[in-house]
Amino acid sequence: MIDVMRSEWTKLRSLRSTVWTLVAAFLMMVGLGALIAWGAVSNASAGATGSAAQAVMIALVALPFGAIAMATLGVLVISGEYRTGMIRTSLQAVPQRLTFLYGKAVVFTIAALVVGLVTAYAAFFVSQGVLSIKDLHTSITAPEVLRAVTGAGLYLAASGLFGLALGSLIRHTPGAIVAVITLTLVLPQLTSLLPGRVGEIVTQHFTSNAGLQLTMVEPRAAGLAPWTGFAVYLIWVAVILLAGTALLRRRDA
Amino acid sequence: MTSIKATGLTKRYGQTTAVSGLSFTVEPGQVTGFLGPNGAGKSTTMRMILGLDHPSGGSVVVDGVPYQQLKHPLRKIGALLDAKAVHGGRSARNHLLAIAQSNGLPASRVEQVLESVGLSQVAKRRIGGFSLGMSQRLGIAAALLGDPEILLFDEPVNGLDPDGILWIRTFMRKLAAEGRTVFVSSHLMSEMAQTADHLIVIGKGELIADTSVADFIGSSSQGFVKVRSPRLAEVAQLLQVGELHHDHLRVTGMQPLEIGTLTARAGLPLEELTFVQPTLEAAYMELTKDSLEYTS
Repeated sequence: MIDVMRSEWTKLRSLRSTVWTLVAAFLMMVGLGALIAWGAVSNASAGATGSAAQAVMIALVALPFGAIAMATLGVLVISGEYRTGMIRTSLQAVPQRLTFLYGKAVVFTIAALVVGLVTAYAAFFVSQGVLSIKDLHTSITAPEVLRAVTGAGLYLAASGLFGLALGSLIRHTPGAIVAVITLTLVLPQLTSLLPGRVGEIVTQHFTSNAGLQLTMVEPRAAGLAPWTGFAVYLIWVAVILLAGTALLRRRDA
Repeated sequence: MTSIKATGLTKRYGQTTAVSGLSFTVEPGQVTGFLGPNGAGKSTTMRMILGLDHPSGGSVVVDGVPYQQLKHPLRKIGALLDAKAVHGGRSARNHLLAIAQSNGLPASRVEQVLESVGLSQVAKRRIGGFSLGMSQRLGIAAALLGDPEILLFDEPVNGLDPDGILWIRTFMRKLAAEGRTVFVSSHLMSEMAQTADHLIVIGKGELIADTSVADFIGSSSQGFVKVRSPRLAEVAQLLQVGELHHDHLRVTGMQPLEIGTLTARAGLPLEELTFVQPTLEAAYMELTKDSLEYTS
């Protein structure tokens, strides 16, 4: 497993697309957060006070897009192997397919976790710097703020793994990216149209609806508790990854 | 110790049977040619040897175990299936490094194989920009990383220019001379004539022949006696067998001595009387003529 992880780390770091996608995610998160913070500062009337929930929401305004960027990278990590035919070289070197996929997933998750946390903290501190001009900022030590910002980092990493799982299932880059966007951006909005108690439960538990609870200082009252929600998001990832694993074992490469 | 052994190997894709009940053994320490027309199932068989495709029936083992059970397979068997099946965004060095690491091989092996295929100068370049010839060298470098006893090449000269072909051919002979087992597929008999000791011939997914190159030629009925004479028409009349080819007669089923005796008795002068060995190519064409998937 260690051999495979070293190999996968080399594969990950040696592609420019990896670096660019991560840089894009970082710049988008930090840049958009700062921009919206600046807008809030410009529009604030004298003597206005901000809440911690608002300050964090502004800092993490680009989180859905950052998550898509991470998921795209996750997709590429596996679909790139299929697109180029590299998968046949990879599986020749590591014919134990579970070891191959999980080695890849572990290395990518660690990288995504580091980048995700750095990005989330950077987005928080930069935007709070801007918000502090009009005293609209909050502190990382304020109640629930640390949990929300760290949660954003975790959410970015989990989204990356979500992409990798879908990539292993679908194998085609565009198809897998469309699936990511549909499952985490489009359908979560549409579930609210479902009627009754069932609709409520589906909405609560649906991918990003569940996962994003962890990233809010004041989670949506109709949603799950922060850590419960994140756990549900991880279950989504795990189920898709297991389906991808089953297919990887069965299919011809 | 056998190196590769297939037993009743079968692969079906839906209704199509690509490989059917194939049994053969690739013996160690020689070049075995794997021959068959395009679409005969050569690549499918090779993918099954390497554990990439799952057989629908039968089995194939490398050194007695299925490929999936090899811990560090590249130390046992190196393969080049498709030289372009690499991620073009990586440099040659990083590509090889990732493969080496997966099998617990040191980074120094990467430099060694780059050197041995002559790619050291371009080690830092992205492989997406490599020519087919360079990609082929890179693929061979990857196959050599683990210093394996067995090497497997699928159509290694396809699409190469004469320089590249010569290089591959020389390289394969060098590998065999080092005592390695080389299993190489081709649809070109003439190519095999230059490199192989033993032949496994398949057509439409079935085994046609598993024999040495010499026996393969000998088994062919394509040998004939070439007869030339100033009075060729009379010779043809006399022998009753054979067919006229512009300036000579081709006789099958008779030895030169019989022909010479008959013509001497009839007082017919001969200009030439030669037994012509069948070429490998002719033997191959004869054997596979019923197995061509697409005939023109």
